[in-house]
Amino acid sequence: MGIRMFGYYLELAVRSLRRSPGLTALMMLSIAFGVAASMTTYSVFRGLSGDPIPWKSSRLFVPQLDIWGPGFRGPGDAPPDALDYTDAMALMRQHRATRQSAIYPIEPSVMSSNAGHNRRPLPLDGYAVASEFFPMLDVPFHYGNGWSATDDVNQLPVAVISDKLNQQIFGGVNSVGKTMDIDHHTYRIVGVMSDWNPTPRFFDVRGGYYSVDGPEVFLPFRHSVAINMINAGWDGCRKGASDPQGDFVRLQNSDCVWIAYMAELDDVAAVQRYRRYIDDYASDQQKSGRFRWTPHNRLGDVPAFLDDEHLVPSDTKVSLLVAQGLLVVCLVNTVGLLLAKFLRRSGEIAVRRALGASRTAIYAQFLTEAGVIGVGGGLLGLLFTVMGVLSVDQVLPAAYAGMARIDPNLLLLTLGLAVAATLVAGAYPTHRASRVPPAWQLKAS
Amino acid sequence: MTVHPILAALRRHKVAVLLIVLQIALTLAIVANAIFIISQRIERIGRPTGADENGLIWILQQWPAAPAGDDAAAIEQLDALQRTDLATLRSLPDVQDVAASTSIPLLSDYTTGAITLNANQEGLSVHAAYYYGDQHLRPTLGLRLIAGRDFDASEIRHGRAHADSPVIIVSKPVADQLFPNGNALGQTVYQDGKPSSIVGIVERLQTPKRAESTWAFNSVLEPFRGDDSWSGYVVRARPGREQATMREARQALFAVNPMRIMREPWAGIHSFSEIRTRAYRSDRGMALLMSVICVILLCVTAAGIVGLTSFWVGQRYRQIGVRRALGARRIDIRRYFQIENLLIAGVGVVAGALFSFGLNEWLMTHYEMARLPAIYVAIGVLAMLALGQAAVLVPARRASDVPPVVATR
Repeated sequence: MGIRMFGYYLELAVRSLRRSPGLTALMMLSIAFGVAASMTTYSVFRGLSGDPIPWKSSRLFVPQLDIWGPGFRGPGDAPPDALDYTDAMALMRQHRATRQSAIYPIEPSVMSSNAGHNRRPLPLDGYAVASEFFPMLDVPFHYGNGWSATDDVNQLPVAVISDKLNQQIFGGVNSVGKTMDIDHHTYRIVGVMSDWNPTPRFFDVRGGYYSVDGPEVFLPFRHSVAINMINAGWDGCRKGASDPQGDFVRLQNSDCVWIAYMAELDDVAAVQRYRRYIDDYASDQQKSGRFRWTPHNRLGDVPAFLDDEHLVPSDTKVSLLVAQGLLVVCLVNTVGLLLAKFLRRSGEIAVRRALGASRTAIYAQFLTEAGVIGVGGGLLGLLFTVMGVLSVDQVLPAAYAGMARIDPNLLLLTLGLAVAATLVAGAYPTHRASRVPPAWQLKAS
Repeated sequence: MTVHPILAALRRHKVAVLLIVLQIALTLAIVANAIFIISQRIERIGRPTGADENGLIWILQQWPAAPAGDDAAAIEQLDALQRTDLATLRSLPDVQDVAASTSIPLLSDYTTGAITLNANQEGLSVHAAYYYGDQHLRPTLGLRLIAGRDFDASEIRHGRAHADSPVIIVSKPVADQLFPNGNALGQTVYQDGKPSSIVGIVERLQTPKRAESTWAFNSVLEPFRGDDSWSGYVVRARPGREQATMREARQALFAVNPMRIMREPWAGIHSFSEIRTRAYRSDRGMALLMSVICVILLCVTAAGIVGLTSFWVGQRYRQIGVRRALGARRIDIRRYFQIENLLIAGVGVVAGALFSFGLNEWLMTHYEMARLPAIYVAIGVLAMLALGQAAVLVPARRASDVPPVVATR
């Protein structure tokens, strides 16, 4: 179809739509509502189910050891989704992955000597990690860097802090080498991160959670355990075993799980080797009598692990599903209305056909009209989608709502979905229109 | 009027009829399930926790750089800090009662365990949330004690790890599940293998867990003040003095010891109504979203029926005129379109009822969803039939306005 013909069909379409403004508005609104509901719920779903580290997630693995044995496994016969202290330390010591880190959340405070004017302690949200954590997760640094493996071993009081904390405490200057009082221990700052807030916090226990702000401080794992900086996160105990709660020393000696573990494995062979390694490790534990069952471990990459953890609330998925149902109903509705609209013009079609317009020409004309409705519905849908995404904080907790973002991709997808959906809806009515025979209709009118 | 001519006419519009049937069926399936979700959420939001929620305040705070050891000195230091806070709060003029507690209903921060009838943890096992607090916790929360007694001050122990309690107060569901004969009071049960004697039963106490669970009202009060870097206090304000109490409590606590942290939003001083609002935020959101989607769906479907029926009226303009000329009354013409719609909607709702249960079945297997009661589908069916009749009224009236003279043109 030439550009001139397209222009002509466009003109015909606009003229036809103008003739029945009510029906046109109805079809456009119907498409717009369906598309906007789908895209708004999709934006939330996309935000919550997104890969927090897409360029590397397939090389980052979470080992799950079957330390509790049969009868204490989770749904799908899954071993616990975190490690106890004994096994986490053993895996760290044996150091079989390219890089690895045991991780646990901490909640220390910057004490008054550093805390600025009001002299009140400043609570921090952070993690105790090993030195390899930073290169493994490509943590971006503004100043300095992570600490070294030697610092890990020597349990040195060093810290990596966030850009925001550096602003608060040091006014944003390069604070590497300066010291800071955290829980009455003096820490030397070795690195200041750039803005870093991967969500969900996939490196936290059980895939972490969604957070508006990024972590503020990282301290060395072995040092933190040595000074009794308590676990600020979740812990899970075997059913029937009592939970040591705030007793950090008892927690370390228990078989309760509370440590997140991440290993970088760069190719398939490395993954297989590591899988064999953790199974061998479990077999050794079996031989020594600690485990009384055959190895039943898991090793999934970050996307698989997050999927297993069901971080995306089922409400989000149900909402998406229901909204897609709404879109389908809106489309069925549009098919019906287009059919009525096109067939009402049987007379006009018959005249055009009698004057020599081919079926293809009729096809082109009516698909153009459907396309115009699609574009109109899409533009309206864009408006509704933007309004929808901006108001998700009315219905969702802040941390979830913050994950729903409007970006060019979402807008393009909205418009594309509207046009594509309307063209699909227009296919059958157009086909019917093209079937209108010329002669009979001329006689009847 | 017989339906035969209607069916004959509809046969000529198979696709259009099928589209309306499909639209009505899908709308019914979605609306029935959505309304079921809405009613479940509204019911959950509205259910009482068992506490007297009006005038109840929750304070959660952290001691920075708290002693971390489990030695007696560290524990005594933390306990002294906590007792000072409790005394400070109790001395406030607007405070009626105050208690130490590790949690409060709907907070989402909780410890749970399994309660059994023997030390080997075999046989009957009841899952419950444990509230660790002092002897004031039951009265401060305003829980109704239906059997037994409160804890005595001498029974309150303290320490870092939550040790096994020799005496406990349980909620009625726990008592009933363990002792269906109703003789729970005075019995010895085992919490994670450790013996405890039930000295009291409260009528109702919701757990701190926010997500839906089968044990939402299985709670146990443990006579234990937890000495941790975090401490929690439940405060009962005098009637009408809730806001004033919250301000006074903040001032007084920071005056007695400024070395404390109340990190919002999960820590700090909050009225119970704030905690309730926060806890049910996503339920309210889900109910709201489902309502909006239902309204759009019903409007779109009604508009679709109006649109297609109008088209049919237009197409049959001459035939209607002929019928009128042959003696059909206006009401006959209107009836015709109404019965036609009833037939189409009738087929639609039958299919829709099947779709409703199918969708529900699918949601049940993939997400946590209860079985859809038939009453929701029944209401949906009636609503869809009514919607169809209402929507067809405008075009049907237009059809009945066609003058008989049209037949002669």
